[in-house]
Amino acid sequence: MTLWLTIALMGLVTYALRLSFIALLERWEIPPLMRRSLRFVPPAVLSAIIFPEVFQPGGAPDLSANNARLFAGLLAALVAWRTKNVTLTIVAGMGALWLWQFFLNG
Amino acid sequence: MVPRTRRSPQVWGFPHIIHPVSSPRSAFLAGFRAELPILLGAIPFGLIYGALAVSQGLPSAIALGMSSIVFAGSAQFIGMQLIGAGTPLLVVVLTTFVVNLRHMLYSASVAPYTRPLAPAWKWLLAYLLTDEAYAVAIIHYSDDSDPAHKHWYFLGAGLALWGSWQASTAVGVFLGAQITANWSLDFAIAITFIALVVPALKDRAGVAAAFSAGLAALLAAALPYKLGLMLAALIGIVVGLVIESSL
Repeated sequence: MTLWLTIALMGLVTYALRLSFIALLERWEIPPLMRRSLRFVPPAVLSAIIFPEVFQPGGAPDLSANNARLFAGLLAALVAWRTKNVTLTIVAGMGALWLWQFFLNG
Repeated sequence: MVPRTRRSPQVWGFPHIIHPVSSPRSAFLAGFRAELPILLGAIPFGLIYGALAVSQGLPSAIALGMSSIVFAGSAQFIGMQLIGAGTPLLVVVLTTFVVNLRHMLYSASVAPYTRPLAPAWKWLLAYLLTDEAYAVAIIHYSDDSDPAHKHWYFLGAGLALWGSWQASTAVGVFLGAQITANWSLDFAIAITFIALVVPALKDRAGVAAAFSAGLAALLAAALPYKLGLMLAALIGIVVGLVIESSL
């Protein structure tokens, strides 16, 4: 019973955070500064997720050739920049990761 | 009135199929398809979650219930470990709050776009507002195409993730996680985020926001409960604003 109550409250808290501004904007105008800020949310949040995955996959910064994700991530960024093609970026990134790991592991 | 970038990334390399999206159904399917590469990383994550939750002593129904009621990967991993260790309820709930704080940012970010929708749509899309659905939906919202059906695209992306999360969790709970070992499939999520964010970087302020947030995330990686991510995102936003107003 306590377990169900726990996950119900976890769910409630999570849902409240997700609904917060979506519901708030019903009757509330966004202040100009916040409106200007919002366009930086996607690049900021997504980069904050991407960088640690690429530069410190093991938890500590790793800029060596042993870090296959560094190579794969940089190549993916290059392909994404040049082609703007999602599929091609993913194929290049994951392909590079597997190849690099294959050669690393002999 | 809303911030927009100039061009959308070409999903699956067939832009003429996706843009312009002409009906709710095709928008839904386009969103669903855009989410697929992320599933490559999310499904192993769900399998591992399900298998670990059972090994931590959680009843199957609770492990599955968490996936449908909470529906937040990182919070579920942490919550499952805390529950398994017998942590008091209040601590588990507060930890969930902190871990999921970033969803408030996502909420603010999509709110200008969801504003005209009926309440039922808002409640549904809020429930589906995970990192993975947000990434795909917000990039689509920021381009100029098909303004009428973007919530269907969001719904398609959100349900693709939702369905695969429930299914992979269940497989993990009942069969355990035996695959995924050396394939590094989790990296597909980061790669997809790269594919989404890089083409959307159009000006110096956006690039500065991205790089400063990324660097801050590296420096703040040791902070617990995803606080590093939250802090880094806020730093990125401030840097973007400063650069923008100094131009």
